[in-house]
Amino acid sequence: MAEVELAAITKNFGRTCALDGVSMTVPDGAFVVLLGPTGAGKTTTLRIVAGLERPESGEVRIGGMPVTSLTPAQRNVAMVFQQYSLYPHMTVRENLAFPLKSPQLRTPPEQIERKLREVAEMLQISHKLDNRATALSGGEMQRVSIGRALVRNPAVYLMDEPLSSLDAKLRADLRVELKGIQAEMGATFLYVTHDQTEAMTMATHVGVLDRGRLVQIGSPREIYENPISIYAASRLGQPRINVLPADLFAGAPAGAKTIGLRPEQIRQGEGEDSIVTRVEHLGDQTRLHLSFRHHALVTVTDPHTALRSGDVVRIRPERPFYFDASGARVH
Amino acid sequence: MSAFSVTNVSPGQKWIAGILVAGYALITILPLVWIVATGFKSSADSIAYPPTLLFEPTLEGYVNLFTTQTRQSPEVLAANPPQTWYDGIVHERGLVIAGPSRFGERFMNSVIIGFGSTFLSVFLGTLAAYAFSRFKVPLKDDLLFFVLSTRMMPPIAVAIPVFLMFRSLGLNDTHAGMILLYTAVNLSLAVWLLKGFIDEIPLEYEEAALIDGYTRLQAFYKVVLPQAATGIASTAIFCLIFAWNEYAFAVLLTSGTAQTAPPFIPTIIGVGGQDWPAVAAGATIFLLPVMVFTILLRKHLLRGITFGAVRK
Repeated sequence: MAEVELAAITKNFGRTCALDGVSMTVPDGAFVVLLGPTGAGKTTTLRIVAGLERPESGEVRIGGMPVTSLTPAQRNVAMVFQQYSLYPHMTVRENLAFPLKSPQLRTPPEQIERKLREVAEMLQISHKLDNRATALSGGEMQRVSIGRALVRNPAVYLMDEPLSSLDAKLRADLRVELKGIQAEMGATFLYVTHDQTEAMTMATHVGVLDRGRLVQIGSPREIYENPISIYAASRLGQPRINVLPADLFAGAPAGAKTIGLRPEQIRQGEGEDSIVTRVEHLGDQTRLHLSFRHHALVTVTDPHTALRSGDVVRIRPERPFYFDASGARVH
Repeated sequence: MSAFSVTNVSPGQKWIAGILVAGYALITILPLVWIVATGFKSSADSIAYPPTLLFEPTLEGYVNLFTTQTRQSPEVLAANPPQTWYDGIVHERGLVIAGPSRFGERFMNSVIIGFGSTFLSVFLGTLAAYAFSRFKVPLKDDLLFFVLSTRMMPPIAVAIPVFLMFRSLGLNDTHAGMILLYTAVNLSLAVWLLKGFIDEIPLEYEEAALIDGYTRLQAFYKVVLPQAATGIASTAIFCLIFAWNEYAFAVLLTSGTAQTAPPFIPTIIGVGGQDWPAVAAGATIFLLPVMVFTILLRKHLLRGITFGAVRK
C-alpha cells in the first residue's frame, strides 16, 4: 500500500478540458471518494492514476516515486471498471487468476488457489468459479471484477462506480465488505461514485470535482458541515440542500445572494408560516415539501407526523449557509 | 400472443421452411453429387445418355488421375501379371502403369500456396486491423479506403502488369510469387473483415489486462486474439476459398514447379481422349480440403457472418 499524489494534472481530450490542474494527495491507507456529476473528471482522474491516460502536464507519484511515464503494469495498481471488464473467453476462476499469473507477479499455483478461495468466499461467488464469465448475472460479473482487483495486493485500488450495477441489498453488503477490507488491510482506495451513501459511509476523504477542478477535499463530515460552495454542498445530503434567495429571511450577511438550508438547518414550529404541499412517508423518515413565500423547499420531519398537505408549519433557519452570487460560501 | 412469432413456429411454418431448405440443398448439392459420382464411373458410364444413376463403381478414374500409363502388347502383359489392385485395373484395358502423374505435385502446390497465402493474409490482416482499430493512424480513413480500393476492380484486370513484374523479379512459376500475389489480393478483404471484428471487442478488456500486469503485446494475444477467433476463422475461410479456387492467375503465371491444381485438372482431358472420370476424381479430391476446413470452422463461420452483431 502506498500514498498517491497528483500534482497539477491537466488533461485535454481534443478541445475539451477534462482535468484542469488537479492536485491531490491520497494518504497511505486512506479511502478517497471522488464525487461530481458526469463529465466532472472523476473517471479521467482514475485512468490517469492507472496509467491508461497520459496527462498533458503534471505528475503522478505513487509511494513517492514519479510514475507518470510508467505503463499501467509497472505501476502496480488494481482497477475495477464500471462495466465490461471480465474476459469473456475465460471462466470465473481464470478471470480471478489472470492478474496473479501476470509476468509481473508469477504467483505459485497453490498460492493462487488459496487467494482465489478466500476472495470467492468473501464475494459469495465460490459456487460460480467454473462458470464462463459470460454465463453470470450482471451482479455476479461485477463481483468477479471486484474480486479480480482484490486478489492482488497493489499500491492502490482504483474503483470506478463498482457497485452501481448491483441490487440494493448486495450493494449494502459489499459496501460494508469493501470498507472492512480497507480497514483491515490498510489499503489505499481511490473510489468514484454517484452514490452519496457510499461516499458518506466508506470515505475517509471526499474530493469534490467540478468541471475538471478539484474544488474541495476533506472528510465527509467536513464537506457536509462546511461546504465551500453551493456546488460542494449539493453533492452530499438527502434530501438535497435547499437554495433560496437570501433576503427571504432576516439576518443575511452582506454580499449573500442565496441561503442554503439542509433539513436540519430548518427549525420547525418557530418563525414564519409555510404551507405543506406534499408529505412523503419513506418509512424511517418523512419528507415534507413546503411552500414558503412561493418558494419550494424540502425538509425532513418525524416519521409518524400527523401533518397533511395544506397544513401550516412555522419554520426558521438555524445556522444556515450563505453563498454569494458566484455560489461561493460567504458565511 | 401475436399471430406471427420468430421463436414459436407453427408446424405448418416448420414444414414450409423444411421444404424450402431441402429444395435449396438439393439444387446446390446436385452438381457435387454429379462430380463425385462421375469420379467412380467407368469411361463408358460417364458419357452415357441418359446418365446412369445406378452403375458399378470403379476406381479407374482415380487410378488414371494419379498415374501415367503406356499401352503394351498382350505378351508383355501376360509376362507381367498385376502386382497390386491398381495395376489390375489398368491391366484389364491393356495398359501398364508407367509412373505417377503430376496431379500429386499440383495438389501439393495448391495446398502450399492456398494455405500459405491464407496464413499470411490473416496474420498481416489481423495486425493491420488491430492497428487501424486501436491506434490513431494519420490519414486512417484514406488508408482504409486505399486498402479497399485494391478490390474495386477484378484482380485479373492487372494481370499483364503483374505478369511483367513477376518476370523481371523472377517470381514467375514460384510458390513465393503465388503466395505473395494471393496475399495481396486477399489482404484488403482480411483487413476490412477483421477490423470490423476487432472494433467489436471493447477496449476495456485490454485496459483491464494492462492493469492486471500485462504488456500491450501480451494483452493482444491473451485477450484480443481469443475474442477475435471467430472473425479470424471466418476471414481465413474466405481467403482460402479465393486462393484455392483461383484459376486465371494460376494459368498465366505458373506452368511447372508452382502450378496449382485448378489449371492442371482441365489438362487431364487432353491426355488420351476425354477421361471424364479422371477429371471428376481430380475435382472431388480438390474439393475435399476446403470442405474439411469449412466444416471444422463452420461454427465460427456461422457466428462470423453475423459480424459480431449477437455479442452480448
